[in-house]
Amino acid sequence: MAAATSAPRRLSLKRKYAMLTRGLGWETTYQPMDKVYPFDRFEGIVIHDWDGWEDPFRLTVDAYWKYQAEKERKLYAVMDSVAQNNGQLGITDARYLNAVKLFLTGVTPLEYAAHRGFAHAGRHLRGVGARIAAQMQSLDELRHAQTQIHTLSHYNKYFDGLHDFAHMHDRVWYLSVPKSFFDDALTAGPFEFVTAISFSFEYVLTNLLFVPFMSGAAFNGDMATVTFGFSAQSDESRHMTLGLEVVKFMLEQDPANVPIVQRWLDKWFWRGYRLLSLVSAMMDYMLPKRVMSWAEAWEMYFEESGGALFADLERYGIRPPKHHDVAKKEKSRLSHEVWTILYNYTHAAAFHTWVPSDDEMQWLSSKYPDTFDRLYRPRYRMWREAAARGERFYNDALPQLCNVCQIPMAFTEPDDPTKIAFRESIWRGERFHFCSDGCKDIFDDEPEKMSQSWLPVHQIFQGNCGGASIEDVLRYYHLNIGADNLDYEGSPEQELWDAWTADRRTAR
Amino acid sequence: MNVSITLQNTGDARAIIEAIAADNPSAKIQSFPAMVKIDCASRLVIQRRTVEEKVGRAWDLQELHLSLVSLSGNIEEDDDAFVIAWR
Amino acid sequence: MKLDIHTSSIEPRRQTYAHVARRLGDRPASRYDEAVLDVQATANFHYRPLWQPDREIYDVRRTAVVLEDWYVLRDPRQLYYGTYNLSRAAMDQGTERALAFIEQRGLLAAVAPSWLASVASYLLPLRHYEWGANMNAMTVADYGYGTAITSAAAFSAIDRLGMAQTLGKIGLLLDPTGDVLDRAKASWLEAPFWQPIRHALEDTFVLEDWFEAFVAQNVALDGAVHGLVYRAFDRAGMDHGAAAISMATGFMTEWMPDHARWVDAVVEKAAAASPENRALLSGWARKWSARAVEAARPLAERVLGGDAAAAVDRVAAEAADRAERLGLEREAAR
Repeated sequence: MAAATSAPRRLSLKRKYAMLTRGLGWETTYQPMDKVYPFDRFEGIVIHDWDGWEDPFRLTVDAYWKYQAEKERKLYAVMDSVAQNNGQLGITDARYLNAVKLFLTGVTPLEYAAHRGFAHAGRHLRGVGARIAAQMQSLDELRHAQTQIHTLSHYNKYFDGLHDFAHMHDRVWYLSVPKSFFDDALTAGPFEFVTAISFSFEYVLTNLLFVPFMSGAAFNGDMATVTFGFSAQSDESRHMTLGLEVVKFMLEQDPANVPIVQRWLDKWFWRGYRLLSLVSAMMDYMLPKRVMSWAEAWEMYFEESGGALFADLERYGIRPPKHHDVAKKEKSRLSHEVWTILYNYTHAAAFHTWVPSDDEMQWLSSKYPDTFDRLYRPRYRMWREAAARGERFYNDALPQLCNVCQIPMAFTEPDDPTKIAFRESIWRGERFHFCSDGCKDIFDDEPEKMSQSWLPVHQIFQGNCGGASIEDVLRYYHLNIGADNLDYEGSPEQELWDAWTADRRTAR
Repeated sequence: MNVSITLQNTGDARAIIEAIAADNPSAKIQSFPAMVKIDCASRLVIQRRTVEEKVGRAWDLQELHLSLVSLSGNIEEDDDAFVIAWR
Repeated sequence: MKLDIHTSSIEPRRQTYAHVARRLGDRPASRYDEAVLDVQATANFHYRPLWQPDREIYDVRRTAVVLEDWYVLRDPRQLYYGTYNLSRAAMDQGTERALAFIEQRGLLAAVAPSWLASVASYLLPLRHYEWGANMNAMTVADYGYGTAITSAAAFSAIDRLGMAQTLGKIGLLLDPTGDVLDRAKASWLEAPFWQPIRHALEDTFVLEDWFEAFVAQNVALDGAVHGLVYRAFDRAGMDHGAAAISMATGFMTEWMPDHARWVDAVVEKAAAASPENRALLSGWARKWSARAVEAARPLAERVLGGDAAAAVDRVAAEAADRAERLGLEREAAR
């Protein structure tokens, strides 16, 4: 494009995109269109005119190659520099890395899954413009998977819990939370997939994952993660826009689409929100230096930005997603409840947990004045005292999991933070359990599908996870027992980090 | 209703941030580690010409992709301006 | 604060990820290996696709080809996202320069007008052929098994779209109003000499086996269509002063051997894995190559007239040589 810029008759961006893109596709005549595109009708979405869809970024392949190559050049230069200069020593504290472990094992495999999901949409939607946007996103998602693997490869050389991320993603109990989320999207039709991932996840919720978390990585000296994170976000802005355009396109094409889209927004808001509860713990507990609290991020990115978005969509007859009020009620409890779950079961996890330090509790108390001192500080005090006696608490009972989000059932009632919420449904004579009305609604709407979930605890009890003891299961997970798991206090990683940074501490 | 854009805190992005500040009097600029979030009431515009003045060379609006972290609002882009707005 | 650390105390504890080490040993791995090996999920899927309830999300049964290890389908170019984009950005920069140069110097004026008309009829409708090839590449990225094949297939899909758009730019050089592109589309849809190719391509869109679509598109159809257009027709253009057209299609001529390296490696490895695979792939290659060569004949006749038969024979012979080189059988086993 550089050369074309100086050419005398430069095409405008709009015209260039239209000329080079529109009209590429054609109505097949030797094979019926419905056989060529067998999957874009069954969801009930009615499209009258595919040309009504426009890519607001009007990205042609030449520009794609050019800018993506530029991003990659910058990113790999940082990666090489981090590796050459022992960049792992620049982080604030080795505890920080546990957020990175959760990211590599939980999120990176989803990026690959997104590559496949957008390949499916990029093959099977019949409009050219939408298909091209999906195809570019399919490639972007592959980029994210590969750049994350490459960046974190350096940390894997020095730290625990990162070494077998793909194997773990398919098996470890808490990783079924992100995996089931994405499997749910991949097994849906192409319109629901794009609504789930591009709109509900990327537009409405992903800011909560990437923006405060990556900013936090920068704050904690993790140059490697902040670089791939922001580099990925530059693609993400394009994806968010695709998500919004696709949703508006469906809503504009036919009024019959409105209730279908609303149902998907309800479902995927709640599913994405539950998935992000893991991020709430990362933000409030795993970052030694904190940028903002989960509650603040929720207010900034969901209540403000999301509020404006849903106000804008009101003209189509769309209302804010069901149960968003519950998320609001939970915002000063979520991260603490999740950290409690993780603390309970760290002996079966590929990352460490710990009781927050006094300074950290002070911070939590200032960010959560209504809940922290009253509800959570006493619990941490108790655990700290137990650990001091050499009785660090680990929960040896396998938890009951929510059938939908697959998080252990430890979330509390929307209006009573001292009472654990239980919901259930009976379907074909079997009882299914849920952590919330949001998850129960999702099940009740699609019981045939949701009842297929691979629940890690059920699978352990059925003997499908390596054996009957916790050790058998951990071996099935490929956990390095005594290194990947247990409290940070006393871990090999802590010992290593303390040795590396001994000079730093004496210098203080 | 606010629209917003978040940019990386880099040399490339600095000119864009300055251009936004110049062209959008209502812009509220907040700095975070490694990033800058800019909110505007209902509409935010990035003018190619203003950025070009700041960087002293021809600047293609698609270069914005190299610095973008996030945005909120509907997008309209042509050769001269990148607009984020709610309708 | 100065950090003074003895380098001996920061030796790596492992060299690569465990799943890579299980295959290659614990030594520093290439970026390609880490980016690709075992990245796709293989076990414990939660739900079955609403769009294909008898299959898992990723399922080896979407092709009749059977491989014990799907990562034998390595890309010999070792492309991962970064190297892919850097490579294509560099190739495309050459094309952009060439197009700008042709326009600035008015080089199309040197091409015989009758040949330019021919170029408009044989080259520009290929936009749609490439868009069809893009679709088949996405089929492989969608249904394929293992990151090795899906990542390379997704790259090739964008290559195809990029070439379709480059052809569009050439059309705009020929006719800045763009009407020539509309006529090219009408020709693709209606002109008798395009119909056998379009027919074959549309038939590949409904193949249920992704590997068959891969062979039909990348071995058979490309062998015939690209072989004619970018070699035989390009050579014929030399007699009509068409150097500018060769320059404008430089991306494609550089891309073809690059792409073929990957395609050949995939077919060769899959065929070598078992006699059953070999028979299957041989059958597909024979069936689709025969059809592609015949489908391209009317196009060759239209462009080359009396020289068409020899050019078509040449692409048929190239297809046969290639099949042999890849270890495929020329004849069905008795």
